[in-house]
Amino acid sequence: MVYFILKRLVQSVFVMLAVAFLAFSLFRFVGDPITQMTGVETSVADQERLREELGLNDPFILQFGRFTSDMLQGDFGFSYRTRQPVAEMIADRIPATLELGVVALLISLLVGIPAGVYTALRPRGIATQAILMTTLVGVSIPTFVIGIMLIFVFGVQLGWLPTFGRGGTVQIGGWESSLFTLEGWRALLLPAITLGVYQLTLTMRLVRAEMMEVMRSDYIRFAMARGVPMRKLHYRHALANTMVPVITIIGLQFGGVIAFSIVTESVFQWPGMGLLFLESIRFVDIPVMGVYLVVIAFFFVLVNLIVDMLYVAIDPRLRIRDVQ
Amino acid sequence: MLTIKDLAVKFPSRFGDVTAIADVDMTIKPGEIHGLVGESGAGKSTVGAAVIGLLAAPGYVANGKLSLGDTDLRKLTPEQAHEIRGDRISMIFQDPQTSLNPLMTIEDQLIETIQAHSDVSETAARTRAVDLLEEIGIKNAAERIKAYPHQFSGGMRQRVVIALAICTDPELIIADEPTTALDVAVQSQVLDLIRRLARDRQIAFMLITHDIGVIAQIADRVTVMRNGRVMETGETPQVLGAPTHPYTQALMDAVPPLDHRIARFRVPEEDTAGVVTGNAAEKWLLEGQQYALTGLTLQDICVRFAGPRTSLFRKPEPYVALKDVNLEVRPGSIMGLVGESGSGKSTLAKAITGLITPSSGTMHLGDDILPDGKARSRHHPSRQLVQMVFQDPYSSLNSRHRIGAILTEPLWFYGFVQDAKERERLAAAMLELVGMAPDAVDKYPHQFSGGQRQRIAVARALLARPRFLICDEPTSALDVSIQAEILNLLKDLQAMFGLTILFISHNLAVVRQMADDTAVLRNGVIEEMSATEDLFARPKADYTQKLLALTPVMPREWQSEAVTG
Repeated sequence: MVYFILKRLVQSVFVMLAVAFLAFSLFRFVGDPITQMTGVETSVADQERLREELGLNDPFILQFGRFTSDMLQGDFGFSYRTRQPVAEMIADRIPATLELGVVALLISLLVGIPAGVYTALRPRGIATQAILMTTLVGVSIPTFVIGIMLIFVFGVQLGWLPTFGRGGTVQIGGWESSLFTLEGWRALLLPAITLGVYQLTLTMRLVRAEMMEVMRSDYIRFAMARGVPMRKLHYRHALANTMVPVITIIGLQFGGVIAFSIVTESVFQWPGMGLLFLESIRFVDIPVMGVYLVVIAFFFVLVNLIVDMLYVAIDPRLRIRDVQ
Repeated sequence: MLTIKDLAVKFPSRFGDVTAIADVDMTIKPGEIHGLVGESGAGKSTVGAAVIGLLAAPGYVANGKLSLGDTDLRKLTPEQAHEIRGDRISMIFQDPQTSLNPLMTIEDQLIETIQAHSDVSETAARTRAVDLLEEIGIKNAAERIKAYPHQFSGGMRQRVVIALAICTDPELIIADEPTTALDVAVQSQVLDLIRRLARDRQIAFMLITHDIGVIAQIADRVTVMRNGRVMETGETPQVLGAPTHPYTQALMDAVPPLDHRIARFRVPEEDTAGVVTGNAAEKWLLEGQQYALTGLTLQDICVRFAGPRTSLFRKPEPYVALKDVNLEVRPGSIMGLVGESGSGKSTLAKAITGLITPSSGTMHLGDDILPDGKARSRHHPSRQLVQMVFQDPYSSLNSRHRIGAILTEPLWFYGFVQDAKERERLAAAMLELVGMAPDAVDKYPHQFSGGQRQRIAVARALLARPRFLICDEPTSALDVSIQAEILNLLKDLQAMFGLTILFISHNLAVVRQMADDTAVLRNGVIEEMSATEDLFARPKADYTQKLLALTPVMPREWQSEAVTG
């Protein structure tokens, strides 16, 4: 078990190194940082001196080493655009994106799993067909259209919910949270639903397919034949077995939700990392883009690691070796 | 007491209702083991499912009477039926590997079942569960009950399944192929357990099986089914000893005897299924024999697999799958290889075909050295000379290829026939040779039955012009009558083309019928090897004697003349 986790940790280190390398190549190959930093009036000699001072003439591998070790020490460099430390900028934006992502995930799980179970247990019911049809429409429409439709209905026509920004936020330590005020929740609701819809549909369909498969398995048929009460049969026997493969996909998707919240954030002007990334692209703010890449990759790796550990926690076959 | 009268089960389909079973009558008294025997598709399992109320949707009981004691099983509401399940009727499934919930401990599953049917505390339920496990032969039950299913071996798992089935003291247990997935030694223990439970607890058993040997050994009464109808029913000695129905007779003829060898099986439709001689495929095969007869010699073959890692800093202990195996298959003979699951039979086949690489040892095909897996090039002649027939004809043929495409592949692949039309003609002729209609070339594998598919698999292997054929459990997925046909076919083809065959099987009786020499494999070691007749008549190794003693056999006086004669 320990070996399994260690192995994953080592793999994660390599993944992070690869991503760091990609982020670093952005600096090297997307334009010349010196021309980005200096104006037309800087003399060629000054430019050369700057190049030498910044260590840009050093061998590639040495520069990459320096880049990585700076990153590890929390020194992410400065933004070209705002001249602020990138670390600060990202830290400011992370809470918004994380809260949005987590709430979107919760919505998708709290609705998606029960809906999946329901549609699996009553595969021929009218409600099942209706749910399946609706969610199919849900995935077919692009995220931004859903966002705009929600804004139009709940923000403009009904005027119930705000259409942009985070509403009321509370500072807790360095974390700016919108989870503790009603205003904050009101502002969070529409973007979270928009972001969660795709994930919800996926979770539901996955749970449904897996659950139907599990319901056909021998151990469920045997539990039926033993007269195990239906409630236990569905939730204790079937659902637990359903979740083993579903967790992987949910984990991967959560990484995706964090990474691709860009569209939702821009529709709702949500001040998260996605919006920051869009602004950075517009201004070719390479340091921010590079760090964004690394941070997102870090989330992916972290979520995957958690998923692996959940696997071990759920499935005794991974935890306990065969005795005989 | 279970009473079934005029039972009919139908499955609605687009073309109207399909009758799965009809006119089934049966009574099972307390303590009686009632065998229900028949080939696949006979409707045996449907009878069991109808009784316990778990017919696969959309099937329904269309007619007849089903009653257990005074309870009319057909009048129950779904809730009442669910309460009766486990409480009064229980079931044992075929595969103990899949019939237990892998995520729950044995304890949780037992307690849950006991509490579902009687109002007892968890402690009382646990005590009962532990006692029960002790009773059915699980040692140290108080400790073992905390384990998960995967921590038990196959036989122990089937005991746990049986414990789950009887933990609520049911009157009737439907055992659907309870020993089919088990090795003979474990099978005999489980059968003993079933017999003991029937005697001591007066549980009625409906024993569904395709294995007539099992029926002969423990069933009090037997019902023979075919195509959803009862063919014959009665006391076991009477039905099996003096069958009145021709189908029972044919079934008995097809069972390979363990205690002697017969030349051929008598198969009812032999005329159509026999080997056609003198056709194009036969000529082609005969003219292609570059090497007359090719034997195989294995010297000190060892195969190791990486074992589970126990520590971070130590190398994992290798798992030894085969240890110093020496085997000589004489040219033109059939070598039988028997052993229980996990003994290394299939590993040996894979080592010969080059699918895995032995860690040491040498192999010779004929006089030439046979390079092991990694060293064997794609174009090494042995890749054509050694061919294989696999166990499961359902997964060994590519379901998206036409039979013609499957069969002609070896012809162009090995460069035998350049002309595409000629290849198709040869494929059709080969189908004829193995007893199939030549127009099968245009069909797809799913359009054929298991036996037909196995014929196609044999045809495919032959079209590579092999000199050495490995048959890995070629008939264990098939019904006995189909098995008899395939065995006859293999015998005929072997005689015709002088093939050398390594015949792998867990079924001793089948090996006795097929093999000239037999080797017994156990835990990767060859326990005994000699001429088949010697080995079966005078087994030397204790293990061989044990295997022979435990294999369920038909009493000699019940065997028909076709088998004894």
